[in-house]
Amino acid sequence: MQSPLIQIESVSKWYGHNHDGVLALRDVSLDIRAGEFLSIIGPSGCGKSTLLKIIGDLLAPSAGRVRVNGKTPAEARRAREYGIVFQSPTLMEWRTVARNIALPLEIVGIPRAECHARTMALLDLIRLRDFAARYPTELSAGMQMQVAIARALAYQPKILLMDEPFGALDEITRERLGRELLEVWTRTSVTIVFVTHSVPEAVRLSDRVAVMSPRPGHIERIVEIDLPRPRTAATRDLPRYWELLREVRAVLGLNEGQDGVR
Amino acid sequence: MSTLPWRTSRSISTWVRQHIQYLLIPVALGLFLWLWETLIRVQNYPSFILPSPRQVAHSWLEHWQRGIIPYHLSITLFEVLLGFSIALTFAASVGYLLAKLPLLEKIVSPYLVATQAVPLVAIAPLIIIWINTGIVQNALIAALISFFPMLINTIIGIRSIRAEYRALMRSYAATRWQVFSKLEVPAALPIFLGGVRIGVTLSVIGVVVVELMWADRGLGFLINFAQGQLDTPLLFATVATLSAMAITLYLIVILIEKISLRWRKNVQ
Repeated sequence: MQSPLIQIESVSKWYGHNHDGVLALRDVSLDIRAGEFLSIIGPSGCGKSTLLKIIGDLLAPSAGRVRVNGKTPAEARRAREYGIVFQSPTLMEWRTVARNIALPLEIVGIPRAECHARTMALLDLIRLRDFAARYPTELSAGMQMQVAIARALAYQPKILLMDEPFGALDEITRERLGRELLEVWTRTSVTIVFVTHSVPEAVRLSDRVAVMSPRPGHIERIVEIDLPRPRTAATRDLPRYWELLREVRAVLGLNEGQDGVR
Repeated sequence: MSTLPWRTSRSISTWVRQHIQYLLIPVALGLFLWLWETLIRVQNYPSFILPSPRQVAHSWLEHWQRGIIPYHLSITLFEVLLGFSIALTFAASVGYLLAKLPLLEKIVSPYLVATQAVPLVAIAPLIIIWINTGIVQNALIAALISFFPMLINTIIGIRSIRAEYRALMRSYAATRWQVFSKLEVPAALPIFLGGVRIGVTLSVIGVVVVELMWADRGLGFLINFAQGQLDTPLLFATVATLSAMAITLYLIVILIEKISLRWRKNVQ
């Protein structure tokens, strides 16, 4: 088997002074394969966002180490291997949609003509070409998130880190964006690390789901999602889908009592 | 073809409705002048108590033609602009520095808060004793008075940038200059310009106060002079000139705001 793209080796993170601070992550180890769609799921406070930030070099681990293609996260970040999407779209409201997508390209220093061509290609990818000259505030929340995703893909990073990107959206938009994300993922072969607190979303989208438990945050189990691709609306009719849903919910401790799978 | 006039008249009426507050300004001004003129006709006040609008206009024209008002206006305007520019430069640079150095800002912030409550105009006499009066000195007092609100707004503007935006720039491996020019400046601009608006008004106040008390030229001095001569029409004419100057400066700031924050038009 090929060596994993991202290796997380017994990473711990505590906030505050040394060992008397809050322990956010305890001894987390995880290998992420190149090109896979991996979800990290868990209740709030389980450190899933912290783990994502450590991978992306937005936070430093207190112990343990992370390797991305043999590099440290800081080196990978400087090599621009990460695209990041937060829960809020974090668009520059003074820039038009097109110029928001072009921002990372401007920062990398890509020539104007190429920058324009790539921005237009990305707008086509998210089917928002007609909105190129609009400002973010004129767009719906779902469209803003699509722009944020296009922007994260602008300089073709190897890894897309997504921190509950659809958490603030309504169920309908959320499903649609999930489908479109899978389409983008298939076309770009980017590796996606996707933090979520929605079990159906994690099962629907991922190759594997890392289930985390809080206090202190650690990975409880990794569930392989062996559902066929492409995932369509029909995926939900498969008995295996419901089994996997139940399995993930069991690890999260959601199946006790009469609280069944929805 | 037949629908064209209908559409046009409709769009004109919409335009009128949208701009009603500006269209009514000349009407309100005319009404005010007419009431003023009528009051004087009825009450027959002597001109040194309350001159009529005509007398004021006449006095203004006369002093303008003799070059008296232009001379004092140019001095006051120069002092205001100089003081404001000094304040703006220092407020923007010191404010940015304080926003970036939390420890320094923590040490300095109690004093900054205190200056917000202190009427700095009251310190002007002391400064006059120390550095005497003159065009540059008056400008410095204007700078002192307008400095703090602009400083505080610069700090607030930079501080209001959410951490996620900085994380985003970090993930792009943006340089310090790119973070400054592509994130910090545009993001802080709305709040910063709010401070500039206050600053330009305070610069005028600062200059006029000093001129009223100690100067031998400038519109503040001219007001003082007119009062001493009981030349109330000139007093009115000078106040009107001063107001026009202040309003113009304020409108320029608003215009800069409108142009640089065009994208905000869409924020409803």
